[in-house]
Amino acid sequence: MTDAADVDRINEPRRKLELIRLSAWFGGARERTWALRNVSLTVDEGSVLCVIGPSGCGKSTLLRCVNRMHELTPRAGSEGSVLLDGEDIHSSELDPVWLRRRVGMVFQRPNVFPTMSIRENVVAGLRLTGSRADLEETVEKTLQRIALWAEVKDRLDDPATRLSGGQQQRLCIARALAVEPEVLLMDEPTSALDPIATAKIEELIDELKHRYTIVMVTHNMQQAIRVSDYTAFLYVGELVEIGPTTQIFTQPERRETEDYVTGKFG
Amino acid sequence: MRTLCGAAVVAALLPLVSLLWLVISRGARALSWSFFTRLPAPVGEPGGGIGNAIVGSVTIVGLAALIGLPVGLGAGLFLAERGDGRFGQAVRFSAEVLASVPSIVVGVVAYGLVVVPMGRFSALAGAVALALIMIPPLARASEEMVRLVPSTLREASLALGVPAWRTSVSIVLRTALVGLVHACLLVVARAAGETAPLLFTSLNNQYWNLRPDQPTASLTVQIFNYAISPYEEWHEQAWGAALVLIAIVGALSIGARTLARRGAP
Repeated sequence: MTDAADVDRINEPRRKLELIRLSAWFGGARERTWALRNVSLTVDEGSVLCVIGPSGCGKSTLLRCVNRMHELTPRAGSEGSVLLDGEDIHSSELDPVWLRRRVGMVFQRPNVFPTMSIRENVVAGLRLTGSRADLEETVEKTLQRIALWAEVKDRLDDPATRLSGGQQQRLCIARALAVEPEVLLMDEPTSALDPIATAKIEELIDELKHRYTIVMVTHNMQQAIRVSDYTAFLYVGELVEIGPTTQIFTQPERRETEDYVTGKFG
Repeated sequence: MRTLCGAAVVAALLPLVSLLWLVISRGARALSWSFFTRLPAPVGEPGGGIGNAIVGSVTIVGLAALIGLPVGLGAGLFLAERGDGRFGQAVRFSAEVLASVPSIVVGVVAYGLVVVPMGRFSALAGAVALALIMIPPLARASEEMVRLVPSTLREASLALGVPAWRTSVSIVLRTALVGLVHACLLVVARAAGETAPLLFTSLNNQYWNLRPDQPTASLTVQIFNYAISPYEEWHEQAWGAALVLIAIVGALSIGARTLARRGAP
């Protein structure tokens, strides 16, 4: 009996990330605007969660709370808790700098470092954090993993800004992966890219999700259906519904979700 | 409208072109090898050079850069990174006020600060005056340069787990570097052309001098002295010195601009 229970517990997906009654705001005490209110959700290890919702509903803020980038905005703050492997990321023992090495981030627009070459961009995180990893090996391994190696292997020392937008965004993903994070946050990573570049990034997400836990914000519902296992619908800072992606898009429990995913508003 | 604009362009360029033409045509006559290597000759004696003034200018401007560039850059970085509070506002405001103080007044300040306590004119006093002239525009320019670095680059670096100070140095400053060097070269060029602040700080010197605590000749003061003298041969020397000064300042400016163009992403 106990053996069977143990097996069940092992097979049950591990909770990688847990948000408990998370609220976040911008602005000082007098003119406070809430970006998130009492959001609670969990993300299983090795799964992809897509966060959808209309503009300004707090999707980006949610991501930025997970790697504690939100608190860098002047006069912004949050309450509630975020657990990474069951540990509160706001606990005094966890340095935000260390947290960000475990939780990588890819931004809306490609933001390669313009003074660095392709090679230097890949290992920027390692080099600037004083890592002793084998940088040469990391460059090849990481670029292979994101399928950019064949395209750039002969011009690794070119400035990264010479790459196309889609290639730059994949380089940004490589840069985030090179520091070996456990969770990858992606804030509309394809919104500035053309359909072909977008398809490449979606393929990549599919390959990465076995090794990383991914939380991705998107405006594109087709994309959410294509890449994610779970979908969360946020509306004016509140979590309306979260569930398996197929369920959210075919038989959502809440009326607002159905209206949004069928395009009646948003 | 087009004709008006064209006329305005000609009106703006004409003084510049005629000034350059005049300085080059009249200054070139004074130029010779000994002009660069010899000391000034007494009135009535032919020849003589401005070697000591060139060395003096380099000494004074070099010392001024040593004092002014670190302070100006430091203030600019502070303003860009932490300058949003009340103290930052105060620093920015005083930089603006200081930038509009007439340079002759800056000379008086340096006289009071350095010449009076030391009891004599010196290259150091001139350098302090020029440094005071360099600091305000450099602080504002370097603040702008650092602020031009997109905040997304800083965020990208912080999100990789790079500590804040390392992000400031290796990402933000590194990206702004070309602009900062450009700003430094421009303020040095501007200071090198100043006369008023040197008149009663570094004064002048008829002889070679490398000691920063002694009165020191400079190109600008030498031009001033020669130009107001009644002697024809000294006037010619003044034209020659003016040409040398314009060449040095022009080279600094062109260098700054080439650098800026090459470094633009």
